[in-house]
Amino acid sequence: MAKHRGRGVASINYPIGMNLGGDPSQALVHSNPDGKFTVALSSIDLGQGMKSVTRQIAAETLGVPVADVYVDTADSDTGPHCMGSFASRGTHRVGNAVIAAAKEARGVMLEAAAEELEVNAEDLETDGKGNIHVRGAPQRSISVADVAIAAQFRQGKTISGRGIFLIPLSDVDPETGEMTPVSCYAHACLVADVEVDDETGEVTVLEMNSAYELGRALNPKLVEQQLVGGAWMGMSHALYETTEPHYPSRENGAVDFNEYLMPGPGDIARHNIAVLERPAPDGPFGGKGPGEMCANPVLPAVANAVFDAIGVRINDLPISPERILRALKTRDGISH
Amino acid sequence: MTKTPLQFRLNGAEKAVFTEGGQNLLDVLRREVGDFAPKYGCGQGACGVCTVLVDGEPRLSCLTLAETVQGQAVETTSGLADGPELHVLQTAFMEHFAAQCGFCTPGMLMAAKALLDTNPTPSRDDVVEAISGNICRCTGYEPIIDAILDAAHNRRRSA
Ligand code: FES
Ligand code: FES
Repeated sequence: MAKHRGRGVASINYPIGMNLGGDPSQALVHSNPDGKFTVALSSIDLGQGMKSVTRQIAAETLGVPVADVYVDTADSDTGPHCMGSFASRGTHRVGNAVIAAAKEARGVMLEAAAEELEVNAEDLETDGKGNIHVRGAPQRSISVADVAIAAQFRQGKTISGRGIFLIPLSDVDPETGEMTPVSCYAHACLVADVEVDDETGEVTVLEMNSAYELGRALNPKLVEQQLVGGAWMGMSHALYETTEPHYPSRENGAVDFNEYLMPGPGDIARHNIAVLERPAPDGPFGGKGPGEMCANPVLPAVANAVFDAIGVRINDLPISPERILRALKTRDGISH
Repeated sequence: MTKTPLQFRLNGAEKAVFTEGGQNLLDVLRREVGDFAPKYGCGQGACGVCTVLVDGEPRLSCLTLAETVQGQAVETTSGLADGPELHVLQTAFMEHFAAQCGFCTPGMLMAAKALLDTNPTPSRDDVVEAISGNICRCTGYEPIIDAILDAAHNRRRSA
């Protein structure tokens, strides 16, 4: 009876978004009379940072402080259409839609400012701090708030913009079977070190080392947060979580947190992450987005590490103590 | 059903409510008092999102019979901040990105507060132990553990 160490590697190329009938998302941007902007989306933030990233993207494109942008994802019935927060598509699809909407709104904002300053809109630039001034002559300046007031109460203009980003449906070529379902891929490689106890069948992940290429990390802290949390979820899927029945039938499956196992804070493994940034040509500011791939490479890497440790392939998830012990018996020719 | 009067302190303020026999503390806090900081997750003591402090001790409010807190001091996340001043734990959670969906956060904060109130110099293992009854689906725990250690450090420095 012993503990066996093993190391496993897995690499993935992960498509951003999906292509089941075209993959669109829309955004609407408008200013309020106080010069603050609202970005309306139906793209839901469930903790992955959708609101933070689209807020940064809108502020950067408009040329106003991040604090002056509010992202409203209140209601998918009344908001502009979005396919949804899935398939790792948020940053890329919605981000691009926000850029388009913010560009149009910025155009109107500069037109309104030009009218106030009696100059040409092409000669104006934003300082990112809430002011618009004539290029090369920063003393000829007006605040975004004053422009918004003028647009609203004097000029009768809405400082607003519409944006959509669509990856159209890619048909399959009947001759070759070729198609282009996605426009951009993210990449990752993960190494897992495990220890397998051949007496209890338990697998412990000792350490993970990974490298992720995600385009530009638009918010590096959020990216790190996704990668750390996602790897934990991958580890959890690899070793613990299942709704499958215990014995003998489906009715005896896990129905609550007492039976559906998830690792606790004591079961986490050290995870060293390298983020490589190769900006995507069609990504918003080069971003692709971490999304689902945070969890994916962990599963095959752990399965490979278990193989390395005890020489048997476990082909079903999760790699539970029972599956390990049964596999060891088969390996050693012991009948069940 | 007969109702029983119940008096306790919630985050320093006196509360008096009527409870039904067998009602749990989580239900009383959310329904009778209107403090929605403690969350309802599993209702059976397995997830920790309902964690509150009763006389400084962490308790799973979903498993605590409401009438047992008669005359005692209950603390929830609603009482952590002092006006606009965030509690040192809240600041640390923010700085370490220790919340994603945020559903586990109120329970984590209260479990952490119970730890720091009794042990100002916790080790990493102490922190893991203190939050071991709390499930987080999103963060992988690492940022939460780091935040709590950092909060302990900052609290000592400013004390
Ligand atoms: S709701 Fe109380 S422990 Fe889950
Ligand atoms: S932040 Fe989502 S459960 Fe912890």
